[in-house]
Amino acid sequence: MLGRLSWDVIPFNEPLPLLSGAVVGIVILAVLVTVTVKGWWPYLWREWMTSVDHKRIGVMYVVLGLIMLLRGFSDAIMMRTQQAIAVGSAQGYLPPQHYDQVFSAHGTIMIFFVAMPLVIGLMNFAVPLQLGVRDVAFPTLNSVSFWLTATGALLINLSLVIGNFSRASWWGYPPLSELAYSPDVGVDYYLWSLQISGIGTLLTGINFVTTILKLRAPGMIYFRMPVFCWTALCANLLIVAAFPVLTATFVMLLLDRYLGMHFFTNDLGGNQMMYANLFWAWGHPEVYILVLPAFGVFSEVAATFSGKGLFSYRSMVWATLGICVLSFMVWLHHFFTMGAGADVNAFFGIMSSIIAVPTGVKVFNWLFTMFRGRIVFKTPALWLVGFMVTFVIGGLTGVLLAVPPVDFVLHNSAFLVAHFHNVIIGGVVFAVLAGITYWFPKAFGFTLDERLGQASFWCWLIGFWLAFTPLYALGLMGMTRRLQHIAEPSWQPLLLVAEVGAVVILAGILCQIAQLYVSIRTRERRLDLTGDPWNGRTLEWSTSSPPPAYNFAELPKVETIDAFWHMKRAGRAPVKPTYEAIEMPRNSPAGFITAFFATIMGFSLIWQIWWLAILGLLAAAIVVLIAGWSIEREHEISAAEVAQMERAR
Amino acid sequence: MTIATIDRAATAVPTELARGRGGGGPAPKRVVVAYGFWIFILSDMVMFSALFAAYAVLRGNTAGGPTGAELFNLRNVFIETMCLLLSSYTCGLAVLSAERRHPTRFLIFAAFTFVLGAAFLFIEVSEFANMVAKGAGPSRSGFLSAFFTLVGTHGIHVASGLIALIYLVAQVIAKGLPAAVLRRLLCWSLFWHALDIVWVGVFTLVYLMGDYH
Repeated sequence: MLGRLSWDVIPFNEPLPLLSGAVVGIVILAVLVTVTVKGWWPYLWREWMTSVDHKRIGVMYVVLGLIMLLRGFSDAIMMRTQQAIAVGSAQGYLPPQHYDQVFSAHGTIMIFFVAMPLVIGLMNFAVPLQLGVRDVAFPTLNSVSFWLTATGALLINLSLVIGNFSRASWWGYPPLSELAYSPDVGVDYYLWSLQISGIGTLLTGINFVTTILKLRAPGMIYFRMPVFCWTALCANLLIVAAFPVLTATFVMLLLDRYLGMHFFTNDLGGNQMMYANLFWAWGHPEVYILVLPAFGVFSEVAATFSGKGLFSYRSMVWATLGICVLSFMVWLHHFFTMGAGADVNAFFGIMSSIIAVPTGVKVFNWLFTMFRGRIVFKTPALWLVGFMVTFVIGGLTGVLLAVPPVDFVLHNSAFLVAHFHNVIIGGVVFAVLAGITYWFPKAFGFTLDERLGQASFWCWLIGFWLAFTPLYALGLMGMTRRLQHIAEPSWQPLLLVAEVGAVVILAGILCQIAQLYVSIRTRERRLDLTGDPWNGRTLEWSTSSPPPAYNFAELPKVETIDAFWHMKRAGRAPVKPTYEAIEMPRNSPAGFITAFFATIMGFSLIWQIWWLAILGLLAAAIVVLIAGWSIEREHEISAAEVAQMERAR
Repeated sequence: MTIATIDRAATAVPTELARGRGGGGPAPKRVVVAYGFWIFILSDMVMFSALFAAYAVLRGNTAGGPTGAELFNLRNVFIETMCLLLSSYTCGLAVLSAERRHPTRFLIFAAFTFVLGAAFLFIEVSEFANMVAKGAGPSRSGFLSAFFTLVGTHGIHVASGLIALIYLVAQVIAKGLPAAVLRRLLCWSLFWHALDIVWVGVFTLVYLMGDYH
């Protein structure tokens, strides 16, 4: 009746996951009670949960990403602490089977449920505004995407208290992830949560490629699009081209586990290295799915806070497109040690190094944008400078790792861990935090506290270098990644420094929470009434903060790059629109309800409750069929109403 | 046929800016929907390409079990292929009838499409059942895992296409042929034709090349 589910699966003998699960449970319960007591449900349902407005969905993505950042960071600081104390005869506080879950969950969460939602959230919020249009191509689908991502995040957190998570790392390499070596539900949690959220991501990719290529304000030819839109286009093209490979790969592993097939098993003709190849054929483009929009954010920030146009816009665009294509030609550098031979390794080594060329073009473009600019050192500009220093060093260690003989020495060492944290934290996380500060006033109508924002930046920057410089050294000294116990006592001092770094980053995160709290409390003093708090250049700053549901009363006419900047210079801003009736998509509960049933389906599949899985799938399918039945999905806001709303703001 | 339709809609954009450089403002809904669906089909093709790659890698890994040459019956597969290709033809006729607002003719061609698609599925399922009965199921070897997954995924696509066809026929009966329903039919036909293309790959790489050995 209930498949593999029973009371035994709750880890009563492991106080740590149970305790953290209880804390999370209490927090969630407290939130639910507060919302119920205050009577906020109708508002939340009407304005957020069923919303198909790209701005609202973007905000929800960012909130999801930030909450999951806390979870992923807890895992990180747990690992740092374990490695700092479990040296020599000491065993630390995390037993191996638990430690393995922690590092698997950390990687999975940070990539799929922190970095992806944050980047997709920023794209959701900013891209339609920058393109000067009213929504994405498929607004209801957008809501489905978000809620499926939330489903994945929910499933992964359920593994904390019901059963356990994967111990096979965030890539889930077979044969370790096969049934023979991981017989419990851990890998199934991993696979199903990523399959479901992966569908959401793929739909986002389709939605944004269509939006950017087919929905732009009149006059916005491709070479007048803001660079963030270009990077979003490339990232979403990569999503469309790469995520289906991940889906297919996970399907194969699931078939191995559920139906006894032999794609990646040790016996009967399976091939484990095929998994490695397929996984990284997705995995390397994924790196650029994350970092291209990050480059986009910094391109906007560099131009805005230097008070001049981006240096060499065209080379920036071509560099972005070049990276987009090259990203599919380097996947083998993740496993040079496979033994493909010198020729193959040389090819992939050279291709990997070549990616540094367009990336270098970008760095010089940002530098020359700042050169002789009127730089305003607000928080986003600080993140930009911190990013350039940090990311370039991370990139250089990447070029080092791209040399196959060097990689044979450093493969799976702490040096590698330091390298990819260097580019992902220094690139993606810094960019997202800059982007949140940059677009926050647009989303909520008031700016964030500057002092706490800067404090947070310094904590993150210093904390990052304290935490990861020692790992470079440790990697060169021979320390491999994922060690639950350190046998070599001479490594301990460096591990303690890394631990201090993690604590400093924690201080940075606390500063951000405080920043949010203080900014909301003092929002009356920091209102953005102009809609243009940074003296911006692109179209999102030409509408009010927060923008009305329809974004622009009249679609802007675009004549140049940095359209809004030139409108201001030519004295054509603020725009005095002629009001016309606007068709807007209706709210739809389809996304939320589909995801609800997808959650039930995923959970039942993990625990092999077959009847419930079938019911969940059928119910989700029926919701889609019902949503696809109606013909009128738009409602009209009349010209008079638009005029009234425009006067009121 | 469908591409021509999209082109006609695109040239209807009422601005001189539209030509070539994409400055004509937001595209009409029909273009947006069809374009989005194209992108979806592309993503589906990428998924199939991963399954094809897996098949190519595992083709020889029979683990002492049966090979393709011992299992495949080319005569059946040829009939199967003809069913699917013909169904694409009737599918095209069905959409043309719908565009010319002939609901009855549309329903007749849709029925043909459905029957041909169902015949394809029937032959495929009996082939699978036959192989499993002979002890050549998907868990026998890496080769058979890849075979069943690749061909089966295509089969699941055809099955969902048939369900979608019933659903769209119901829409046509309930609502006639307004623009929204026509758009959905257009997308559905793109999907159906794409399955043909995938099948051509399957037929060639799996059956013809498999039988040759």
